[in-house]
Amino acid sequence: MAPISSIPIQYYLVFCSVLFSIGVVGVLIKRNALVILMSIELMINSINLLLAAFSAYSNDPAGQIFVFFIMVVAAAEVAIGLAIVVLIYRTTHSIDINVLNKLKW
Amino acid sequence: MFTQYIFHFLSILALFSAVMVLASKKPIHSVLFLTLTFFAIAGHYVLLNAQFLAVVHVIVYAGAIMVLFLFTVMLLNLNKDERSPKPMWVNIIAFVAGGMLMLTLVGIFREYDVKLIQDPLTTQIGLVKNLGKILYHDYLVPFELSSVLFLTAMVGAVLLGKKEQI
Repeated sequence: MAPISSIPIQYYLVFCSVLFSIGVVGVLIKRNALVILMSIELMINSINLLLAAFSAYSNDPAGQIFVFFIMVVAAAEVAIGLAIVVLIYRTTHSIDINVLNKLKW
Repeated sequence: MFTQYIFHFLSILALFSAVMVLASKKPIHSVLFLTLTFFAIAGHYVLLNAQFLAVVHVIVYAGAIMVLFLFTVMLLNLNKDERSPKPMWVNIIAFVAGGMLMLTLVGIFREYDVKLIQDPLTTQIGLVKNLGKILYHDYLVPFELSSVLFLTAMVGAVLLGKKEQI
């Protein structure tokens, strides 16, 4: 058993939890669709870092492969999301998500 | 000891710029702070000896996604303040909800204890050689499927961005 290094895994857990919560608050308080997409990226990144940390600490490469696939999906999601944002801007001349309430209720 | 200092520096940098993403009024400042967060997280990957992930992270996030965001902000001339800020009580509720989520998660994970077998400073699994072997041997089908997903996303983005009706 190799000794665990000076950084305990709890540090990564707490750091990623805080980063994830910042992303959640961003999704809740912002009205700009672009900033909401950025907050989603923050959440995805915190989860990615935690997966990579556990993968490194338990010597299992599958976690890092998963991070790679999550990055692929996140990149596709951003491309589609920004295309939708551009489309919304073209029809409503705003990216305020408050304008988009036709499907609400 | 030295790695711990780097860890704390990178964590504080990432959290500070993540807060600034939300605090900045203009979207372009949000994008630039988001890039700073991405670089800090890339530093975390290097600290975990996951060099392949660090390089891919810089290329994908700090390269491609940042350019996409900046391009959208500049193309649409969106660099202005939000028009209708939410009422104050919605913000307060959002902060309380997010803060409670954070407290819960931190409270759960602070005492988390698990038997971990590897010191991340000496692990070899994050190197390109080892990850490439596993990616092209055990995860070949998901890898090819992800390329199909990318192609679909590209076609979809072009289709959504077309001006005339299809």
